[in-house]
Amino acid sequence: MVEPLLPPKRKNPLKRTRLPVSPPDIRSRQSHLLTAAAAEGRFGMPGCLECGAVHYPARDACPNCLSSRIGLIACSDRGTLAEATAVEVSNNVYFRERSPWRVGLVTLDAGPGVVAHLHADCVVRGRVKLAWTLDRSGNAVAFATPETPSANMEDDRQIREMTLDPKHRRVLITDGRTALGQAVAKALSAAGAAIVFVGIADPWKPFAGQDRLAAIAGVQIMPLDITDTESVRELADEIGGRVDIVVNTAEHIRPGGLLDRNGVNLAREELDSGYLGLLRLAQAFGPAMKFRGADGVNSACAWVNVFSIYAQMPWPAYGAYSAAQAAMLGASMSLRGELRSGGVRVVHIFTGPTEDEWFQPLPPPKVAHGQIANAVVDALRRGIEEAWVGDVAQDFRERLQQNAKALEREVGQ
Amino acid sequence: MSGQLAELVASIATGSVRVVDLTFTLSPEFPALVLPVEFGQCQPFRIEEVSRYDPRGPAWYWNNISMSEHCGTHYDAPIHWVTGRDLPHNSVDTVPVESFIAPACVIDCAADAAADADFVLKVEHITAWEAQHGRIPAKSWVLLRTDWSKRDYAGYANLREDGAHTPGPSPEAMRFLVDERGILGFGVETIGTDAGQAHHFAPPYPAHHFLHGAGRYGLQCLCNLDQLPPKGAVIFGAPLKIKQGSGSPLRVLALVER
Repeated sequence: MVEPLLPPKRKNPLKRTRLPVSPPDIRSRQSHLLTAAAAEGRFGMPGCLECGAVHYPARDACPNCLSSRIGLIACSDRGTLAEATAVEVSNNVYFRERSPWRVGLVTLDAGPGVVAHLHADCVVRGRVKLAWTLDRSGNAVAFATPETPSANMEDDRQIREMTLDPKHRRVLITDGRTALGQAVAKALSAAGAAIVFVGIADPWKPFAGQDRLAAIAGVQIMPLDITDTESVRELADEIGGRVDIVVNTAEHIRPGGLLDRNGVNLAREELDSGYLGLLRLAQAFGPAMKFRGADGVNSACAWVNVFSIYAQMPWPAYGAYSAAQAAMLGASMSLRGELRSGGVRVVHIFTGPTEDEWFQPLPPPKVAHGQIANAVVDALRRGIEEAWVGDVAQDFRERLQQNAKALEREVGQ
Repeated sequence: MSGQLAELVASIATGSVRVVDLTFTLSPEFPALVLPVEFGQCQPFRIEEVSRYDPRGPAWYWNNISMSEHCGTHYDAPIHWVTGRDLPHNSVDTVPVESFIAPACVIDCAADAAADADFVLKVEHITAWEAQHGRIPAKSWVLLRTDWSKRDYAGYANLREDGAHTPGPSPEAMRFLVDERGILGFGVETIGTDAGQAHHFAPPYPAHHFLHGAGRYGLQCLCNLDQLPPKGAVIFGAPLKIKQGSGSPLRVLALVER
């Protein structure tokens, strides 16, 4: 059993902050089949799309029939731990700093043997569950946990290197004026975040849920208007060195395509709170987070952006909004690339239309804000990079993968 | 230099004529007008640094700014309201420049506004003021002192479930000032020349309706009105010369004899 993780002691301010270093980050193109699976928390093995044989590691041709049609094949994630050891000395700086590091050989029920990082509670000849998880380099690695969950499993030292668990970490939620921001604050507080900073723009303007938000354990209301560069800078000056997770909940939903709008003012507002808002936040908070990617139990670890699914395929009825979302998604993917070397992961949460006033005439199913909040916490705990919340988003995701052109026509109808 | 202007300049230099700044600092935090969400919104003041003695400009500091014409301490031209749309010289670039320098009458309703956020200036308040200070001269500004500018931002905007609650003039008072007294314009400390609840008046927004319909002007978000005498101050306030502009942020100064 893993000892429950205690809140970290206060840092010695005279000590140098250790810079984050990456575990090995070179992968073959085929191996990124596993990165794609890890990014979404899916499991499967590289295998042959012709004969169905699975293999590991990922190869360019099937060892069974030599076909080059290799893909991820769904199979059981269970297996037995054949052998285990702890690496005491490594040439790699990342593992040197974290030794001893427990690894083992897992024989999957599906056949292949996989060298995996091990949870402390995995025992030799015991049953394990294997997962592809993203490591601090942002690439997939195999991680084995006991088949039957053990106590405080998420507090294991090695698993916390893979996950982005909010426990004992300090979170910034960028917009607490909305039902979404408030739901996320509540969920992260319940997930054990040490501090939940919640940004409020225009504090002179009252908003629904104000009292309930302030009463959530650990919540600290901060002035923050992401459409105002100076406001973002000022908050970063104050708390930038203490933000371990950013959850950007900025929303600016308005109907209208390109032709049925008069002028660009509304589009500018959408870009200002979406794309430019992210840019301002990234410039103000990103560098310190990237620097603090290995800063102990409460190291900086994650940046979450909540998107509409229409960032990936525009809905002409909400065309200008979709375009602003797409701009923000583009920026966020670059941010992911820029933060990766600091061990900070950028998480994208995609949602269909929400229970929001601006989607009021739309028929159900609509996504409740609590669902999105739970998805944020779940993504952080599992360390995944992409999550699709609700039936509409899931369905959208599948249709996008199957035939993007068909989806373009369908959404436009 | 000699003559009246030299006298004025000398008076300012010696302090026998005091210059009072009636302007709020333009800042991103200052409350902006909030309209129902279906309508186009007033863009708040924003400032983006271009360079500050850094690689973006090693020896100079400057900013890009953006805002609505109706941000911070600002001026309303007749074209701002539908009632003034067809008047001549109705936009900030065509308003006669002589009107930018004019005397002011200050009606002190600070106590009434403190007692009731929805205080409405009525004709009887104006006639009572005139009984004390004499008739309001034509072509002068009438400034409504409420001390609203001394409130914190939340109290200043004073938004509740049913909208803003801030003082302003009644339709009758506005008609009286415009038609009976021929004022140049009406100035207030609050976000608009009209009361916060003036959309329920008949006609709605009477200050905008009557002022601009008659080619008169508005001044909003003024401060330091408590430093002006009831009568005798001269207002200098020139809006930016924006092509077909409906209004503009501006620096409003008052000249006050000691």
